[in-house]
Amino acid sequence: MEERESNQAIRPPTASKNILQWLKENLFNTWYNTLLTFLAAGFLYVVLTGILTWAFTEANWGVIPANLQIFLVGAYPRAEIWRIWVVIYTLSVLAGLSAGIWGGLALRLALVIGSLGGGIGIIVAFFPIVPWNRLGLLAGVVLLIGSLFWSRRSKGLRPWVLGGWLLSFPWTMIWLHGFGGLATVFTSSWGGLLLTLILAAVGIVVSFPLGVLLALGRRSSLPTIKWASTAYIETVRGVPLVTILFMAQIMVPIFLPDFRIDKILRAMLGITLFSAAYMAENVRGGLQAIPRGQYEAAHALGLNYPLMMLLIILPQALRSVIPAIVGQFISLFKDTSLVAVIGLLDLLGIAKTVIANPDWLGLQAEVYLFAAVVYFVFSYSMSYISQKIEEALGVA
Amino acid sequence: MRRFWFSIFVFVIAISLILPSLASGQESVLDRVKARERLVCGVHGGLPGFSFLNQDGTWSGFDVDYCRAIAAAIFGDPDKVEFVPLKAPERFPALQTGEIDVLIRNTTWTLTRDTQVGADFAPPTFYDGQGFMLRKDLGVTSIEELSGASICVTAGSTTELNLADTMRALGVDFNPVVFEEIDTVYNSYEQGRCDVVTSDKSQLAARRKVFKEPDAHVILDVTISKEPLGPVTIHGDNRWNDVVSWVVYATFFAEEHGITQSNVSTFTSKNPEIERFLGKTGDMGGKLGLSKTWAHQVIATVGNYGEIFERNLAPIGLPRGTNKPWTQGGLLYAMPFR
Repeated sequence: MEERESNQAIRPPTASKNILQWLKENLFNTWYNTLLTFLAAGFLYVVLTGILTWAFTEANWGVIPANLQIFLVGAYPRAEIWRIWVVIYTLSVLAGLSAGIWGGLALRLALVIGSLGGGIGIIVAFFPIVPWNRLGLLAGVVLLIGSLFWSRRSKGLRPWVLGGWLLSFPWTMIWLHGFGGLATVFTSSWGGLLLTLILAAVGIVVSFPLGVLLALGRRSSLPTIKWASTAYIETVRGVPLVTILFMAQIMVPIFLPDFRIDKILRAMLGITLFSAAYMAENVRGGLQAIPRGQYEAAHALGLNYPLMMLLIILPQALRSVIPAIVGQFISLFKDTSLVAVIGLLDLLGIAKTVIANPDWLGLQAEVYLFAAVVYFVFSYSMSYISQKIEEALGVA
Repeated sequence: MRRFWFSIFVFVIAISLILPSLASGQESVLDRVKARERLVCGVHGGLPGFSFLNQDGTWSGFDVDYCRAIAAAIFGDPDKVEFVPLKAPERFPALQTGEIDVLIRNTTWTLTRDTQVGADFAPPTFYDGQGFMLRKDLGVTSIEELSGASICVTAGSTTELNLADTMRALGVDFNPVVFEEIDTVYNSYEQGRCDVVTSDKSQLAARRKVFKEPDAHVILDVTISKEPLGPVTIHGDNRWNDVVSWVVYATFFAEEHGITQSNVSTFTSKNPEIERFLGKTGDMGGKLGLSKTWAHQVIATVGNYGEIFERNLAPIGLPRGTNKPWTQGGLLYAMPFR
């Protein structure tokens, strides 16, 4: 700290540097930096011209809009797609209500989600590439903003919205699967981005509390709990996710012949249980950073174990490991693509079946690049949201 | 003590889950399919011409049409099918555990599979075989001329083993260029990293079609392996295997006799076998546990073998080859409908 201040005192502020000066100082200041600059520029030129020439002259991008429906929802029947909109609108309203009632972090999250949805919605609305419901996504954003303003600071709604979030998962499943007079859509028809998001959402939401419990278990003073948690964490971390998915797909039906578990449910279980072990270690790292004094102070206040953990320890521990936890969520989101190896048609699985369509044979590059962009948009959004959470909690 | 009772409890639960499955092995898959009112069909899910997802989210392909044909025979409705995409390692477990009713996923009929993995085969619907593709301007017409050539092949496949066996038997030297991914194999071949590429002929034809200059490549007129591909049912369920087999025979029979999707409803013939086939006399369907007009339903909804082939495999550039009725010198031979 001292040193930097004295440096600043010696050197004049350099705010008025123009671009030539900047180049000279940073890229061409020594002979080897000049050489490196030219090498890097040459490399970039070769790679970029190659990619851009391919993207604008050779690539056949027609495959993406033509197959957009199956990229998004897989084999979900076209006549039933309105049910997915019901789910999206429900979640939009819930997000809007939460943002309106709680403000703060919920508001920021809703704004990120809303602008993402709005951005994609505008692209979709202006480019007539989607055969169905061009304004659907924008309507969702309008619903989100509408419910946000309608519910501003109406605290009485809090328990209702919390209940709504709890029920949102069964609600989503019921609509997607069908009930009463609605046609049943079997999970074997769920696919594309829809399946990827369901797997990731379930994995994230369930593995987090599970991971916290395992982390607490591993630090518990009760030997059975401690050893069971440690054994679970170490076993799972010692096995690749693909192995667990294959186990769930092939071994479980053999062990439980009369007890059929849905294929997607098995994948969900595999991903969740796998992720929980890593989550536990992240959380344990946070727990270790809490000084003993905090525990002793909590005991001195007369708090019992659950209250001490909930009110004193976990809030501090989790705060300090947000980047690690979000990193885990992002890798979980991308790991869902491994379900393609057990025959589920998630975004990557759909990419593989699209390039098997005789109309689009040999377009691997375009299709995989599109899948990569979709994964990037979602992963980067999650990373951005985590930065916002850190800012809001004052740990950035 | 508490732990002891807990282990007893777990044991009892485990036994009660396993026992009923041992006892209830008698029901035919046919009854299960009828009760469920839907056929669950295991397919590849990403094989050009055989099974893939359409732009509108429906399934298409040669294998898919056979799934639909079976559903049409049972229910008269080709859409009462649930398609389950499967990867190679999980296809037989899925069949054994009853997760799928029938497996139609370009599966080669071999002795080991017929006896060891709990599978029974229905008649092959497609006779494939390993072949070679190379540039036309090389002027090569037989494998013996491939001495010293570099040959692209997928790693760890039977394709690789067949190639090595054949070349050793012929005493021809060659350099294998091995890749993990199918796409890489063909990209490398097209970029000239190897002189020859070897795989099943159906795959060679499909890939050649998307090369920049398809006409510059030629598939040699030799086949070094037998790959009879057909539907698979669970071992020991003869009633169900009969149904699947005769649906396949029905498509062969219809082509032999010129019965097509468009003329099946008006088709008239003095031939008593055709009358039995169409359900006008006798009760062939009843013997299979199906309705009298089951074969009529199959042909009316998916067509005969030739129509299924033309719809799915002709567009990817596959010649009929040996997949022709026996009356035209092919291998498709329907057993008598009597």
